[in-house]
Amino acid sequence: MIELKAIHKSYSTGQQQVHVLKGVDMFVAEGELVSIMGSSGSGKSTLLNIIGILDHYDSGHYRLAGTPINGLTERKAAYLRNRMIGFIFQAFNLLPFKNAMENVALPLYYMKVGRKERNRRAMEYLEMLNLTDRWNHMPNELSGGQKQRVAIARALVTQPKVILADEPTGALDSVTSQEIVEVLKNIHDLGNTIIVVTHEHEIAEQTQRQIILHDGLISSNEVDADILPIRA
Amino acid sequence: MIDIDKWQEIYLTIKQHKVRTGLTAFGVFWGIFMLVALLGAGKGLERGVMNGFGDVTNVVFFWVGNASQLPYKGLSKGRTIHYTDDDIEAIRSRIKDIDLVKDLNGLGNYGSAQYIVRGEKSGSFSVRGSHENMAPMHQVRVIKGRYINKRDIDDKRKIAIIGTRVEELLFEQNEDPIGKSLNIYGVHFQVVGVVKPRSSGDNAQRDAEVIFIPNSTLRYAFNQTDTVGTIVLRPKHGVHANIVQPQVEKLLMERHKIHPSDAGVVSSFNLQEQYDKVQGLFTGITFFSWLVAIGTIMAGAIGVGNIMLIVVKERTREIGLRKALGATPISIVVMIVQESVVLTTVAGYIGLFLGVLLLESVTMLMEKMGMGDGIFSKPEIDFGTAMVAVIVLVISGILAAALPAAKAAGVDPILALQDE
Ligand SMILES: Nc1ncnc2c1ncn2[C@@H]1O[C@H](COP(=O)(O)OP(=O)(O)O)[C@@H](O)[C@H]1O
Ligand SMILES: [Mg+2]
Repeated sequence: MIELKAIHKSYSTGQQQVHVLKGVDMFVAEGELVSIMGSSGSGKSTLLNIIGILDHYDSGHYRLAGTPINGLTERKAAYLRNRMIGFIFQAFNLLPFKNAMENVALPLYYMKVGRKERNRRAMEYLEMLNLTDRWNHMPNELSGGQKQRVAIARALVTQPKVILADEPTGALDSVTSQEIVEVLKNIHDLGNTIIVVTHEHEIAEQTQRQIILHDGLISSNEVDADILPIRA
Repeated sequence: MIDIDKWQEIYLTIKQHKVRTGLTAFGVFWGIFMLVALLGAGKGLERGVMNGFGDVTNVVFFWVGNASQLPYKGLSKGRTIHYTDDDIEAIRSRIKDIDLVKDLNGLGNYGSAQYIVRGEKSGSFSVRGSHENMAPMHQVRVIKGRYINKRDIDDKRKIAIIGTRVEELLFEQNEDPIGKSLNIYGVHFQVVGVVKPRSSGDNAQRDAEVIFIPNSTLRYAFNQTDTVGTIVLRPKHGVHANIVQPQVEKLLMERHKIHPSDAGVVSSFNLQEQYDKVQGLFTGITFFSWLVAIGTIMAGAIGVGNIMLIVVKERTREIGLRKALGATPISIVVMIVQESVVLTTVAGYIGLFLGVLLLESVTMLMEKMGMGDGIFSKPEIDFGTAMVAVIVLVISGILAAALPAAKAAGVDPILALQDE
């Protein structure tokens, strides 16, 4: 599903050049649930943004579901993001003036899906995340866990190829964090490909595979066979 | 293209910044309101002043000024001339492009008043000769009976058309003057009509103290058969009075052997020249109104642009999120431009509406108070002008949004979504 080869990325701030990714090789198969671990500033978000076509890489090769991602126009990048990627953020990033259903429906708006159909599909995913009774609540009327579940519904609503979550539990307490991890595992069981960036071991341990990013390179890419769920 | 979702988006974002949006919209509103008020007032003033000209805007009057100041062709200076029917005949036959040329006489010197008695009542009025169809030229309107006709002139009938003040002063309150007799210096005239001057204010009273009689009758009855007091002429349709005026002047000076540079003898008044001047003034006023109003609208639009810039900055995170979810730069630009255009257009439309309402109320009030004929009459803005104003609004809305929209389209979603 995701193939990265010798990805280099550096940022220049003023005169200084920060080499963040120094030749990352990474492969994620369809239907995998993997975590990316690493200390703060190790380039986890940078890597995830490149995978999510939000950022460019300097050199290397990247293919997403067989499509080479290289030198895209903004328009084309937006199109691919819209259809292939579902983002989940640490800060939820719900629009405060839209209710839960409208927030979930927003990616479909850019997919040019009609209003009725949009709302119907949004309700479907809210139901899946046990939020049916909250559909017309505004974000500030929801708890942190509920907000993140709305955000997950929004990531799922376009049926993307891959779900990217950057510290999805970073703003939640441990009980709620576990609840969100359970949700991610559930949607993984439905066949979704998920990449979770986290620095919490308890969360990483519940994924099929942990990719550890260190000093701009992937230092560990082993599959922890013990936690692999039994899959049909 | 503009579906319900876009409208809802716009509505929601505008609702979010009520006060700021309101204040900004007020700038645009005020611009349009001013434009309508200024143009309307200008139009009202123009109407009022142009009404003073009546329907006749292109006549030229010739009269005798002072005595000659220069000797010419063996004739000494200090000579006094007077016009005759031969001059009228010469003008008619020699000057092309003339539609009408007539003699106008009066009793006493031009503008002087004659004391007239009728039974117990009396008054001083200016008695003037006139011709058929000349009421507009004298800036009067027939309100009772009729004006002079051709047979009155041909038959030298002793009929009179009196001004409203004459009716007031010489007749009883409920007395109908039509058919009544009026003695002017021993000659009996029958009143056949009443006229009201177009002018207003101080002039109106004096202009209403007038009696018109057929010029042929006047010259015959009051011993002026060999003199023409004033020659009035009107150029053919489409010919400017400025073209015929010097031709006629030259002809009259030649006929009366006046030195070509002896300027004060053949005097004339060219109404069209005055009309052009006034019209030029109003073109200036209209231009100035537009200048002020467009300046104000632009200022308002710049205000809208400013607000949109702040709004874009405030909504960086939202715009970043939208891009992450698949919004193209174009869709972001369209969103911002639409918001700006809606804001300016709605605000401007309200300004247009209230401005027109103001003009309508002023007109209604003036009509109620019977002030319709004054120097200021019926302020109004025409549909075309209003449409131009609306187009200016939409364009300024688009221009105002250009920079904010470019900023919004350039938002980097990574930076926008970074956690603080
Ligand atoms: N837009 C940027 N400009 C300059 N430096 C950046 C930018 N984004 C990230 N960096 C730097 O790149 C490094 C990796 O950042 P990031 O990928 O956010 O790390 P992580 O998510 O693992 O904490 C950091 O040193 C950070 O300062
Ligand atoms: Mg990070």
